[in-house]
Amino acid sequence: MDADAKFFDEMFGTGETAREPYRQYHNWFEAEDSAQLQKKSVEAERLFRRTGITFNVYGDDEATERLIPFDLVPRILSAREWARLERGIKQRVRALNAFLNDIYHRQEILRAGRIPHELIANNDAFLPKMIGVSPPGGVYTHIVGVDIVRTDENEFFVLEDNARTPSGVSYMLENRETMLHMFPDLFSQIPVQVISDYPKNLRRSLAACAPPACQGKPVVAVLTPGIHNSAYYEHSFLADQMGAELVEGHDLRVVDGRVAMRTTRGYTPIDVLYRRVDDDYLDPLNFNAGSMLGVPGVMDVYRAGGITLANAPGTGIADDKAIYSYMPEIVEFYTGESPILKNVETWRCVEPDALAYVLEHLTELVVKEVHGSGGYGLLVGPAASKREIEQFRKKLKANPGNYIAQPTLSLSTVPILTDAGLAPRHVDLRPYVQVSPNSINVTPGGLTRVALKQGSLVVNSSQGGGTKDTWVLEE
Amino acid sequence: MLGKTAGGLYWMFRYLERSENTTRLLDAGFRIAITRSSAAKNEWASVVTTAGVCEAYEQRHKVFEANAVIDFLLRDRANPSSVLSVVEAARDNARLVRTALTREVWEATNECWMTLTSVLQHPVLTKNLSDVLGTIRQQSALVRGALHGTMLRNDIYNFARLGTFIERADNTARILDVKYYVLLPSISYVGSSLDNVQWDSILRSVSGLRAYRWMHGGEVTPTGIADFLVLDGQMPRSLAFCHNKIHDNLGYLARNYDTRYPCNELADAMLARFRNITINAILDIGLHQYLEEFLLENNKLALQIERDFRFSE
Repeated sequence: MDADAKFFDEMFGTGETAREPYRQYHNWFEAEDSAQLQKKSVEAERLFRRTGITFNVYGDDEATERLIPFDLVPRILSAREWARLERGIKQRVRALNAFLNDIYHRQEILRAGRIPHELIANNDAFLPKMIGVSPPGGVYTHIVGVDIVRTDENEFFVLEDNARTPSGVSYMLENRETMLHMFPDLFSQIPVQVISDYPKNLRRSLAACAPPACQGKPVVAVLTPGIHNSAYYEHSFLADQMGAELVEGHDLRVVDGRVAMRTTRGYTPIDVLYRRVDDDYLDPLNFNAGSMLGVPGVMDVYRAGGITLANAPGTGIADDKAIYSYMPEIVEFYTGESPILKNVETWRCVEPDALAYVLEHLTELVVKEVHGSGGYGLLVGPAASKREIEQFRKKLKANPGNYIAQPTLSLSTVPILTDAGLAPRHVDLRPYVQVSPNSINVTPGGLTRVALKQGSLVVNSSQGGGTKDTWVLEE
Repeated sequence: MLGKTAGGLYWMFRYLERSENTTRLLDAGFRIAITRSSAAKNEWASVVTTAGVCEAYEQRHKVFEANAVIDFLLRDRANPSSVLSVVEAARDNARLVRTALTREVWEATNECWMTLTSVLQHPVLTKNLSDVLGTIRQQSALVRGALHGTMLRNDIYNFARLGTFIERADNTARILDVKYYVLLPSISYVGSSLDNVQWDSILRSVSGLRAYRWMHGGEVTPTGIADFLVLDGQMPRSLAFCHNKIHDNLGYLARNYDTRYPCNELADAMLARFRNITINAILDIGLHQYLEEFLLENNKLALQIERDFRFSE
């Protein structure tokens, strides 16, 4: 093992022996035949292919379907480590929902001067059509994915809050299924907390947010942009597991004040729509008129209490990267507590002093687009060429409000299995949170994304990242 | 069930059925071509005609010869009915209706697509043709096996079966229609070896040669073949058999949905075409005319099913 001493390795810490959460696994691993493990690795890939757990890469004409590489060494958290993360995540998600409710109603936080007015008023993610609208059950973000990175034994940071339509949960679940299938003996030796009830819980928490117009048992459906969307597998997986219909825009229309789906027997109203379509495309009458993915008039039905949309339209204002920098204030303002999870130090390039600093330190910083995602439109200073940096400098100067910058974090590593044995690679973590009117539920673990290239800090699947099964041990 | 889902299931199984039928056509055509080289060119033209893709073929190729036909029917993406095209279409439909399929059916379909895209990646050499055609049929059979073994017998299953039988009836009728002249009583050919090979070939293209022998002993006659493929109630690819099934599947849906649809009436009328009629009566009307009418009616019923169950808006 040639672990780079600069980074915290979650399996070995800074030493040679496995840290406590990994002790049992490491013993098992040492006793395994390494050729056998390599074989399992190939088997895992075959399993994923056969199941069709593939994704489409945009702008890639050739191989339209790819696998997200799966590494079979799990990422392991102790019950104690998780308990703290879980408390921090719940606190944050509570604050996010309170913030959304406030920002679309009384806007107390603006009046109190805790965040600048322009940040909301000039923000594309702020949806004026949501002003004064109260979503059924008071829930804005039914599903949240909170991206967390670790830099040391006790140092966890929130990198991003995904409050629009976080994806990846199907990988979390399928990764576990694959591990259970390949290594049943491991799970009988090591007590790992169960995650398989995610779809059941999701259905329950969506049903708990049924709209006033709902009669009887709530009808839940998943709205997908269609089979060519990169996350289509996940959409069909979740619909399947929840026993919900999987619909596209052209299956739906507004009938008698309800959103209804075209069945073999006529139109049937939907109560809760888990939509995996962005706000912009949701309703061609109210938003982007050219959209073929949405349902004309769905916003009007929504505002009249005829349907629940999950997540609510306009939640993007809470996960905007410029808002992110105010999360500590937001958490304090709405919960009266100090934040349990730290934010990463963030320079808002819209502020002249910050911009000056960022331009001077481009080689050290990570610069992100305020509305970007998926690892696109991102500059990783230390890894960038001179030319890339100069190009970015121009973009920054032209439109500083579009960018934020953060220090390059020393992301922790977890070993992956390579031909030469274990080798450390950088990871992040996306736990999934379900919000219902009376409770917040965090599935133990989440999706661990891993940068497969040695030294790389970009974990996004679109940029060559892989995934791992994530274990939270029982007490 | 969503109308789109019903449509997806129906088309998924139409396409799978088509992939199988294309392989049977090629199998029979190839056999004639190797045994009777002088008639080979006509045989390949008739294979392409039966597959219903003559126009598209002529845009791509000047002459009907083995390699070009084999490639066009198996691999050419410009041919919407090539095995590669329909298997891809079947899998796209399976993805569309993923929530209506059992894991086994989905995985068999996905595996079918993976295997065939790999097998058909390069042009198929005639010496490998038999193996490749075998693989295609086998992959399709695995999907069908998973369907029978794991799916509930509900509306989902019935839409899948409707797709199968509408496609199959269409295919059998077209095989007969392209070859009907071979079955016409003609003094010069009767009893000649030429007829025998052609007759065998018709039976081979519906995988019915052995079945026919079981039922009719060794005696192969034009009337016997026509009867076997049009009216026989036990032959799973005959027109009567397919429409019996379609009638039952639609009857199930009517009971399940507690509504009689226009397509139920059409299916009744279709079935009546096969009752109280003998093959000699059909031959008297003219087999060609009978089959042309049948193809029109079969298609009309297919469109009515799409409308009645709201496959699209």
